[in-house]
Amino acid sequence: MRRILALMLAAVTLSLSGCGYNDMQRGDEQIKASWSEVLNQYQRRADLVPNLVNTVKGFAAQEQQVFIQVTEARAKVGSIQATPELINDPAAFAKFQQAQAGLSSALSRLLVVSENYPQLKSDANFRDLQAQLEGTENRIAVARNRYIKAVQEYNTLIRTFPNNLTAMAFSYQVKPNFAVENEKALAAPPTVSFDKPAAPAAPGK
Amino acid sequence: MRALIRSFGILALVLASAAAAAAADEVAVPPLSARVTDLTGTLNAGQLASLETELRAFEQKKGSQIAVLMLPSTQPETIEQYSIRVADRWKIGRAKTDDGVILIVAKNDHKVRIEVGYGLEGAIPDVVANRVIREVIAPHFLANDFYGGIRDGTQTLMKLINGEQLPPPAQARTQSSAGIDYQSLFVILLVVVFVAGGVLKAMLGRVFGSVATGAAAGFIAWVLAGALGAAAIAGVVAFLMALTGGGRGYYPGGIGGVGGFGGGGGGGFGGGGGFGGGGGGFGGGGASGSW
Repeated sequence: MRRILALMLAAVTLSLSGCGYNDMQRGDEQIKASWSEVLNQYQRRADLVPNLVNTVKGFAAQEQQVFIQVTEARAKVGSIQATPELINDPAAFAKFQQAQAGLSSALSRLLVVSENYPQLKSDANFRDLQAQLEGTENRIAVARNRYIKAVQEYNTLIRTFPNNLTAMAFSYQVKPNFAVENEKALAAPPTVSFDKPAAPAAPGK
Repeated sequence: MRALIRSFGILALVLASAAAAAAADEVAVPPLSARVTDLTGTLNAGQLASLETELRAFEQKKGSQIAVLMLPSTQPETIEQYSIRVADRWKIGRAKTDDGVILIVAKNDHKVRIEVGYGLEGAIPDVVANRVIREVIAPHFLANDFYGGIRDGTQTLMKLINGEQLPPPAQARTQSSAGIDYQSLFVILLVVVFVAGGVLKAMLGRVFGSVATGAAAGFIAWVLAGALGAAAIAGVVAFLMALTGGGRGYYPGGIGGVGGFGGGGGGGFGGGGGFGGGGGGFGGGGASGSW
């Protein structure tokens, strides 16, 4: 009797892990964690913006247009409630992504404009802010990448047999993933500048 | 029919070669065998050795790992994209402390990057990493003095890390507690085998009970000692003890080897010859620059 009970217990455990339920929980947590990291880094970028704008303003006060764009883009980002639940709502997710992309392009315009002010470019404060912004953008890229991978794994898991049956039983949905947000920029040919004295551009192979 | 099969074969070939080409596009991450890896042949043996010694001494004193990678080019990827792949593969730094730093130099691209592990983002914020590149490394590189740039760069990084409160290096810890670990391991082994082993064998039968006992002992040993090797040994020993401990019948030894659980964990600090990452995590912190 005891033996049968133990066997049944083992069978239940095995079947639960065999149908992918545990993997789904694990994947879900993984996605949540990587999403939090994405939000975290986006927040960090938004926090940098006022400082950056003020520094650039000190040297290039006449570039009103750009400042307004950046400030508006940041306000838009701030107006969206960036909660962890966002990942379960594709529409809100898309809106969030759009707002962040807007801030990205506004910020890159700001940096392009600041290229025209040599004094600004050599300002220590601006350089530091630029380094921080670059670092944050890179962290965002890494965090997004990890999120994309986590979602991809999860979505593959719940769409393959027999896990899709489990997912259906518990009504787990496919999670939204990031789209390439700079499709236009990717389609455009790269700009080549010959400002610098020839970097020996031998790409090693 | 034959033509069909042949065309399928050709299609498969084309697809396979396309996949291979796509994979070959990215620069592969070299295996980690030393703290300083130079794929460009810029540094001579003496310079490599002296950097290596310095970085090893630093790791023994402070616990943090610093690795240097010099390669011709990271293209088509940017140095940031390549660098995070290297960081994810090498896992420089200790597992929970995440105190690793990787200095990557793409010689022909004229790009350099300092990739900072999570645990050192306070000691080396992006701004500081950027300054190290601009003010310490780049001037040397501009003068074609790659050794000097790497040497001064890593020394500056070490100074920065030295100012940070970090857990002591692993060596001192394992040595002081090693005796206790093995003693307690042995006691636990005995308890698990004779108490739990009996119960498990009664419940699951001889073979499965023994396997479960081995697994349990391995797991407990792993949790307590944190060392995977010891856990595996404990698991196997417990399995054998449970299997042979007072009973009838003969079972082929092939079922062995199940004891102990796999899983992450620190360990693996290059003391003597080889070198490996300790499991440190990276999140894209650091800075890049050019010269």
